[in-house]
Amino acid sequence: MTTRLKEVDAVMVGMGWTGAILARELTKAGVNVVGLERGADRQPAEEFTLTRLRDELRYVVRLELMQDNSIDTITFRNTPDELALPIRRFGAFLPGEGVGGTGIHWGALHWRFLPTDFRVRTVLSDKYGAKAIPETMTIQDWPFSYDEVESYYDRFDKLCGVSGQAGNLRGRIVPGGNSFEGPRSDDYPNKPIKAGVAPTMFAEAAKSLGYHPFPLPVATSSAPYTNPEGITLGRCEYCGHCNRTACEANAKASPNVNVLPVLRTDSKFELRTRVFVTKLLYDKQAKRVTGVLYTDMKTGDEYEQPAGLVVLSSYVFGNTQQLLLAGIGEPYDPKTGKGVVGKNCCYQFEAGGEAFFEGREFNPFMGAPGMSTAIDDFNGENFDHSGLGFFGGGYFVCSNGGAPPIGGRATPRGSPRWGAGWKQATVKWYRCNTRFNTQGSVYAHRDNYMDLDPTYKDALGRPLIRMTYNGTDNDHAMSRYLVGKLEGIIRAMHPTHYEVHYRPKNFTIVPYQSTHNTGGTMTGSDPKTSVVNRYLQAWDAHNLFVQGASVFPQQHGYNPTGTVGALAYWSAKAITEQYLKSPGPLVHA
Amino acid sequence: MTDKTRPGEHNPIARRNFLLGAGTAVAASAAPSGAAQAQQPAAASSAAPAPEPDQFVTLTAPEAAFIVAAVDTLIPADELSPSGSECGVAVFIDRQLGSAWGGGAKTYRGGPFHKGKPEQGYQLSLTPREFFAAGITAANAWTRQTYGRDFDLLPAAERVQALTAMEDGKAEFRDFNSRAFFNQLLAITMQGFFADPIYGGNRNKVAWKMIGFPGLPAVYADKIDAYRDKRYVAEPQSIADFS
Repeated sequence: MTTRLKEVDAVMVGMGWTGAILARELTKAGVNVVGLERGADRQPAEEFTLTRLRDELRYVVRLELMQDNSIDTITFRNTPDELALPIRRFGAFLPGEGVGGTGIHWGALHWRFLPTDFRVRTVLSDKYGAKAIPETMTIQDWPFSYDEVESYYDRFDKLCGVSGQAGNLRGRIVPGGNSFEGPRSDDYPNKPIKAGVAPTMFAEAAKSLGYHPFPLPVATSSAPYTNPEGITLGRCEYCGHCNRTACEANAKASPNVNVLPVLRTDSKFELRTRVFVTKLLYDKQAKRVTGVLYTDMKTGDEYEQPAGLVVLSSYVFGNTQQLLLAGIGEPYDPKTGKGVVGKNCCYQFEAGGEAFFEGREFNPFMGAPGMSTAIDDFNGENFDHSGLGFFGGGYFVCSNGGAPPIGGRATPRGSPRWGAGWKQATVKWYRCNTRFNTQGSVYAHRDNYMDLDPTYKDALGRPLIRMTYNGTDNDHAMSRYLVGKLEGIIRAMHPTHYEVHYRPKNFTIVPYQSTHNTGGTMTGSDPKTSVVNRYLQAWDAHNLFVQGASVFPQQHGYNPTGTVGALAYWSAKAITEQYLKSPGPLVHA
Repeated sequence: MTDKTRPGEHNPIARRNFLLGAGTAVAASAAPSGAAQAQQPAAASSAAPAPEPDQFVTLTAPEAAFIVAAVDTLIPADELSPSGSECGVAVFIDRQLGSAWGGGAKTYRGGPFHKGKPEQGYQLSLTPREFFAAGITAANAWTRQTYGRDFDLLPAAERVQALTAMEDGKAEFRDFNSRAFFNQLLAITMQGFFADPIYGGNRNKVAWKMIGFPGLPAVYADKIDAYRDKRYVAEPQSIADFS
């Protein structure tokens, strides 16, 4: 039996970054908000503590903060003619679960997309001719420009207390920063984290080759900082445990630390945890959603929660799945190219290398992602693609994120993996190796998409999302080119040994690559080619707003969270300043 | 720090006592010093009391014998560290396989099950505990066929040879993927060796000392400049040191 609850003004489906930001902005505008989260509550004072967090086995290996795949997963296949099988335990990507979502365990690499990224199809057509874009490459312009969303990037930077070195302040190029970035209206809130030894060597080598190195921007506070919500963040302690864990210093930004403390004390906000939203209730005639159906996992009771406004703020897979299950928007069909929901499933196409420097002392356990150094010379349209045979690119980074002992050891290729020889190699190289990454874009392909699996179901009986995804010829060509350039820099660092590695031909769900899945509910200016409009409002349900990287038309050569946060503020402003005054479509097709 | 003379040789007496001890916990703990114990070297410090024999709560006696032999081959005793089992890695594996993870927690186990292709990752219905049970059975069947004995009864050189064959996928197990088994075995061994000692392995923080990992609390903001390209050495601290 389903219990019908009293209608509320707004519900958030998922309480990660976007749920928290939207809830905060809506309550500030006088809206009563219920935050629904399928996982546990996660309170920093109870959970983000020492000694608890210094446990690589629990957090990094056994994935304490990640989605429970016994309840829900996705199925995967490389190509449309294969049988998709369930990902029984996430590996290549690791969506989080619980209040804070993936925003707790991220590495906090904090980027903006390039101005040209937002107009990618137009820019490529203008520069190389429309015919240069392969027919299978279903990239689209974003329905807004960098300039339009810049101030929202700035807001998210300040919420997070991002540390970095500006490269373009209101059009003025600033030495030492990323000279390729779009103009920033303001500097980073915090100075860069101190670079590590190897990243400093990388910067010198890159400079000697004419490239433009700069400190990696991170949502980790390099000094105590009070954000615009009045929340004071601690300074980064360079503990080397950022990835897959929380931060006891409250330096790494998370929804739990940077937004939720103010929301939790707001009487207009109510948080319900361990509640699993199974369905959006959709009135197709009225082109609106009437609320959500959820199961309370603590009692087994099912509830209908009517709501005036629904914000879909779960991960890429959950957002896409909810629309497909509710029948909102036309599902994408790769055979005809028609439909939009599930289209342009993208990812990050990474490759890289390792280098070993005999006799150097990197103290690799002293780590913070912000100790890394990057170059952006081979990202997006920062370089000329004439005659290269591919589009897109990515930033390069020499990492210094920490070296916890289970997963943070590297030995030169060909070293024994066990036995006395392995021990000797491990002892010899642990302290003096460094890693490199090329953070490649993924320009959408016709055959990479999501739909509902015909066979496999989640614990609540709903069909799983089926991801059909593979690396494309364009991705591989792009990545090979990037790795070639990276290799030049590594050689200029004069390592004792080095190696570079390319992506295998097929995408594979192990090992870990990045939690940078994108697409499925993309934003655009035409309802025939997009799911949500420029304000992230569903074309087919005006009181439904879809947040997160599922709205990306393609994935550019940067980590997605900076843009995810900026778009949450951008969408929130449209809701509070336009939609609430006059509920209805904000864009008329 | 440790001796190099530890015999990894064929030692049926040690095995028999070991099996007896694991099967009859009370008797074993009352009388820990069988031949196996006599073979133990004085560990890191000769002043330390003789270590208690390991007790297993998840693994069967033959499984435990296999795991001890395997982790001692993967991590042999030498001047860099005691052997895997002396570091508690076998106990770690025993406890992990008995944990929620070992029972398949957070893993999607709905059918139908198909073999799939490597890109699709692990597709068996077995939990980690079941996977290791099946793998050990298959590995022992293969060593009996190939060498005439269970793995743990092989001399050190043949253990190395057997594990190498599994690593290379050349050990043809009758009904199990030897390379997949080896990779999981190696992974959990390394986890046990390097994880916080609170989980049973990495006793005395030997693995952290070996590579120079300082452990907790890892607060380095004021040390970055002072130790730029200079080695930072600290006596490692683990979770229990703060408890």
